[in-house]
Amino acid sequence: MQLDNLYQEVILDHYKNPQNKKLSSSYDAQVHHINPSCGDEITLNVTLDGESIAAITWDGVGCSISQASVSILTDLLIGKSISQAQVISDSFMHLMQSKGTETGDEAVLEDAVALAGVSQYPARIKCALLGWMAFKDASVQAMAKNS
Amino acid sequence: MALNPYEIAKDFPILSRTIRDGKKLVYLDSGATSQKPNVVIDAESNFYKFHNAAAHRGAHQLAEEATDALEGARSIVATFLNAEAEEIVFTKSATESLNLLSYAMGNAESGSRFHLTAGDSIVVSEMEHHANLIPWQQLAARTGATLKWFEVTPEGRLDLSSIDSIIDANTKVVAITHQSNVLGTINPLGDIVKRAHSVGAVVVLDACQSVPHMKVDVKSLGVDFITFSGHKTVGPTGIGILWGRSELLNELPPFLTGGSMIENVTMTSATWAPAPRKFEAGVPNMAQAVGLGAALTYLSTIGMENIHAHEVSLAKLLLDELAHIEDVKVVGPSDMNLRGGTVSFTVGEIHPHDLGQYLDSQGIAVRTGHHCAWPLTRKLGVPATTRASLYLYNTQEDIQALVTGIRDAQKYFA
Repeated sequence: MQLDNLYQEVILDHYKNPQNKKLSSSYDAQVHHINPSCGDEITLNVTLDGESIAAITWDGVGCSISQASVSILTDLLIGKSISQAQVISDSFMHLMQSKGTETGDEAVLEDAVALAGVSQYPARIKCALLGWMAFKDASVQAMAKNS
Repeated sequence: MALNPYEIAKDFPILSRTIRDGKKLVYLDSGATSQKPNVVIDAESNFYKFHNAAAHRGAHQLAEEATDALEGARSIVATFLNAEAEEIVFTKSATESLNLLSYAMGNAESGSRFHLTAGDSIVVSEMEHHANLIPWQQLAARTGATLKWFEVTPEGRLDLSSIDSIIDANTKVVAITHQSNVLGTINPLGDIVKRAHSVGAVVVLDACQSVPHMKVDVKSLGVDFITFSGHKTVGPTGIGILWGRSELLNELPPFLTGGSMIENVTMTSATWAPAPRKFEAGVPNMAQAVGLGAALTYLSTIGMENIHAHEVSLAKLLLDELAHIEDVKVVGPSDMNLRGGTVSFTVGEIHPHDLGQYLDSQGIAVRTGHHCAWPLTRKLGVPATTRASLYLYNTQEDIQALVTGIRDAQKYFA
């Protein structure tokens, strides 16, 4: 059924076994983001090592889409440079706005292409973007702190 | 006489459409907005087709007809609530009605019973919709008054045990919901009204979830103001009602000022028309008011007691069924004592958004989230719930479809 486009196995796996879901005690920046339309919340820590992302940890409550999306994000971005993370984030934003017309570049987005189906459900795009917006905010703050 | 929901559903054209590749629509989100019967759609449309002109302005026949249609709708609303026509104020929504009240009170001058200062208090409850919380938070912030509230028990009832200390000699306003939009709880008003009046406070009732579903008689309730919205009572969007006792509406200053709410205007000052005109600046939402009149006439013909009995019987069936599904927890009263047809619940670890998405794939429309009552869902320790809200057109098959949908979702997300 069409719903299976939304709930890919990868998403349900990340939802049940979220990666890096344990807030680190130290960080360069910590942010708290809320999706006011549904009440989903996330706290996310970013630690940088020069230009590279040393750690992303998080905690939060939310639906499978929001939780899986941030879990995939951490797998994808830890160890990357800030500029690589920017490219990946832009690619993900573009995919989310594609209204189901694109499948995503697997070479850039890896597991995050599993979220392509979300773009067909306008009410759920904010769920998928919650962690990404939090990361964007935290990485900017972390860079400002370290500069 | 028991109503026949299958016959009633035929009056609502949207209920015969399909959802998500041919699924029958099972609409269980009337607490957010109700569907509209043909008589309402036609009344709104016919106003534009045959009678449209600016009411209370112009010396031509159309202006007369528009005025008659608007004032006719006002009379229908008044009869529906057992009130007087001049006590009915048309607004654009219940939210606007509550903002009208809170801003108008903020405009009251020293000496008025509505004038608030530091030392005064406003009382609400933890189960308020944001629309009956934030306007009062803001009024408190503007005036220095203290906001106090009744807590909610784990069973989803108002905790009135400290009523005498919560409503005290300093209380000016008590704003409370008649029926919770999350829990379905119907609040007993007798003690609240008695206590509030004994200290000289006014009682504002948010009746958005009660007026559409049960007989509401303003005289027997004893409250001072009532607000509700047209679109939840099978009426159009863009129309809300504020009812207030005549003497209170006369004493209350206006909120919005402008055309047609005046008595006399000079370059430097103005005086106000009597209520309700004082509160209706600008050309009103006439077609929507007329549509609301048609909606309330439609509901009256079926009978509010019949509608309430139908919803109670369906809600009882739903609660019985939910009690037999593993991991389902009802958030709110689990019995039908002082309870309406709104049922919120959680299903194990399945997030309400995911459950709602699965149900949607089966054609079943429910609400998920905090339902604009975030302090309440936080208090009850559930960040979000799934809510089924019932109305006159729902059937036992709708309940069975929901129950089957929940069981299938449990398998899907297992």
